[in-house]
Amino acid sequence: MAVSENAARGFRFPYAIRTERRLTTPGWLPIATTIGALAVAFVIGGVVIQAAGGHPIAAYEHIVQAAFGSLGVFNDTLVKAIPLILVGLACTLAFRMKLWNIGAEGQFYLGAWGASAVVLLPILPATTPRPIMLATMAVAGFICGAVWGFIPGFLKAKLRVNEIITTLMLNYIATSWVLFWVFGSWSEAGFQMSPQFPKSAWMPRLLDYAKQVKIFSGMTLHAGLLLGLVAVVVVWFIISRSRWGYEIRLIGDNPRAAYYAGVDIIKNTVLVMMVSGGLAGLAGMSEVTGVVHRLQGAISSNYGFTGIIIAWLAKLNPFAVIVVSILFGGLIQAGREIQPSGVPRMLQGIILFCVIASDVLLKYRVRVVRK
Amino acid sequence: MPEIVNAVEMRGIVKRFPGVLANDHVDFDLRQGEVHALLGENGAGKSTLMNVLAGMYKAEEGTIFVDGKRVNFGSPRDAIAAGIGMIHQHFMLVPSQTVTENIILGLSDPRFFLPLDALDKKILALQEQYGLKVDPKAKIWQLSVGEQQRVEILKMLYRGAKVLIMDEPTAVLTPQEVDELFVTLRSMLTRGHSIVFISHKLDEVRAIANRVTVLRHGKVTAAGVTAKGATKAQLAQLMVGREVLFTVKRNPVKAGDVVLSVENVCAENDRGVPALREFGIQVRAGEIVGIAGVAGNGQSELAQVITGLRKCSCGRVVVAGDDIANQDPRSAIRRHVAHVPEDRHHVGSSPGLSLSDNLIMKSYRESPVSRGWVLNRPVIRNQSNHLKNEYDIAAPSVDVQARLLSGGNLQKAILAREMTAGPKLIIAVQPTRGLDVGAIEAVQGVLLREREKGTAILLISEELEEILSLSDRIVGIYEGRNMGELRAEEATLTEIGLMMAGTPRGDAGTR
Repeated sequence: MAVSENAARGFRFPYAIRTERRLTTPGWLPIATTIGALAVAFVIGGVVIQAAGGHPIAAYEHIVQAAFGSLGVFNDTLVKAIPLILVGLACTLAFRMKLWNIGAEGQFYLGAWGASAVVLLPILPATTPRPIMLATMAVAGFICGAVWGFIPGFLKAKLRVNEIITTLMLNYIATSWVLFWVFGSWSEAGFQMSPQFPKSAWMPRLLDYAKQVKIFSGMTLHAGLLLGLVAVVVVWFIISRSRWGYEIRLIGDNPRAAYYAGVDIIKNTVLVMMVSGGLAGLAGMSEVTGVVHRLQGAISSNYGFTGIIIAWLAKLNPFAVIVVSILFGGLIQAGREIQPSGVPRMLQGIILFCVIASDVLLKYRVRVVRK
Repeated sequence: MPEIVNAVEMRGIVKRFPGVLANDHVDFDLRQGEVHALLGENGAGKSTLMNVLAGMYKAEEGTIFVDGKRVNFGSPRDAIAAGIGMIHQHFMLVPSQTVTENIILGLSDPRFFLPLDALDKKILALQEQYGLKVDPKAKIWQLSVGEQQRVEILKMLYRGAKVLIMDEPTAVLTPQEVDELFVTLRSMLTRGHSIVFISHKLDEVRAIANRVTVLRHGKVTAAGVTAKGATKAQLAQLMVGREVLFTVKRNPVKAGDVVLSVENVCAENDRGVPALREFGIQVRAGEIVGIAGVAGNGQSELAQVITGLRKCSCGRVVVAGDDIANQDPRSAIRRHVAHVPEDRHHVGSSPGLSLSDNLIMKSYRESPVSRGWVLNRPVIRNQSNHLKNEYDIAAPSVDVQARLLSGGNLQKAILAREMTAGPKLIIAVQPTRGLDVGAIEAVQGVLLREREKGTAILLISEELEEILSLSDRIVGIYEGRNMGELRAEEATLTEIGLMMAGTPRGDAGTR
């Protein structure tokens, strides 16, 4: 329409932007557009910082320093990245089947609660050897997260209840459930936290080995990282190499074709929600055993919701989840260090916008042409 | 004597897509008051050329004249202002709105208030002029495909289109609807309209068109020849670039045991209306049974009931001795029932997955494609490459997404997948709909080879020619009832037509 109006006035802007659908996407393109989008995001963020009277370069330097500047802060960044990896995987798995699990936050809480129940109910005595204790807690965390995933999964599969609504609502129930216990029978002297776990329920940390390796002293990085990395490989294997993963991808891409191919969609909906919930539950378990060492009201700094962003930014690729989680772990870490702390949060938002917007470049070729 | 001015003239049109030269210096002209057919295989550049004319695409080179004046369209709006309207293969209508609302959609008049009753009258008057009947107050979703097409035509007439471009208008129509469409088109010609008719159906082109232009690989191979002057074989050769056989060779095969026996099946369609009423049919090994019927008389539901995609409320579906009615699709797959579905894009394939992932949709549970829990990637790759060669599927590699395959190649891939499972029974629904001559030959060849191997085949098609040339027996279906059967040798079009119109055959044995 604009073209014809211009023509009527006898003037035509000599160039136009044209988009054409790409027939194939070269392998380097997704990486290049993601890096390009990150660059654009930092430029936009810089403009905002400048407009607010700050110094963008100095601010970015500070963020990098605070997140990756020394072994000590990088240790803290990695500690933050651990739960992000696990919830990022939880969302990746569900999103591959186009199941919109917005409930990783609640499943994280339930996982933390389940793991804590092992020592606080108690199910196992404090004197239990550490490997048995931690393994039991991991299983309990996974199962409790899975139960929290089962509820929306079952409702979706059997009654077609929208999982976005149910998973979101269950988040509130989960946090209240944990508060009920930490204010109530698990409360330590009336505070909203449980007593500290016995040492047998602590994830091994690098500083435990400071006597042998000097450089480890003061480093709080815990074995949850290994758990996360193993989970990455397992989820990758499931999605791209297993029969089950094939069914997940088929349902996610075209449920009618999946039904035609004889795939049991009801069973898979429940199962994927349960494994997704279980992974988020493991994140909760790793957080209480590796970092907090007790159950308390505030154990997640919105890890469950950040997991959604991470899964998207990683383009639902399990290995990319590691990289994105470390980047976001760094931003969270920097948020605690620099003033005003809103800047890293703003960057998170701008990064998400830019990376999602850059998706269009994967599907379309954009050219500027002479009219 | 006034100079004859062509309604449309296109000179030296060049249009490139990434990696493809869709139109390579194409010339095309449309005379006042003629139907000019644009013929060519899928991907020959017919739709591209007309999209350029209708302002959807912009050509890299070339000029367009309308009524002798040079034009330069930036959008479809410019084209319609110049009197050129295109009706796309996939209709662009809003299902929840009425006919009138769809027709005035996007127009700047009326500006704010909708005097719907007055508009209804205006549209009724337009309908009367052209003999295009459709209730202006009806919602689009309530209309048949043929009626929806009429709405699209009315939309263009309402906007004052003098030149109408129709992109494969008959692909979705029943034979009767095609006849009605042709009547409409002829009445439009007498009112001074000119029509471009894109198609790859030779018979229709010869029936309706005055002149034909043939495209192959983006180049004109025949420009504006008179339709009556060319034989079907000549046109096909211009289209495909080689000779095409129109008579399929059917070797005699002795029919074996009954493989499929459908007994008194009742089923409802998606809207809860009875679609099958005590329908019965038998198919033996080594025979092709064709189901002839006007679209929407229960054919789709029959295929779905047999393959486990739809529940039935009564009756039995016996495949090789087992009743599999009301079970899931897997029980049919396990009994080696192959299904070439009607909707190859939304049911038969998964557009976002790779070609090789699409090829294992039915076999991924079995060795050697998977071992236990794990997919066997090297085996899948080998098998897919093998099928790609055997079935001549044109694709850069087996890793490309299925959505990038053309209709014909996608159908070949679906056939390749369904045939590798070693089927005992094939349910083929509209297996050649929308395909070009070359692909139709390939698909029909596969079905005939399977027949000779002793596979039982149920062929559901709206192409009567296809049913007549492939089937051993032909069963008529009308409102979900079996109208009787004919042996193919003795069947005539009239007799089949009668069954399709609801007259049961008195001496039919299966009722």
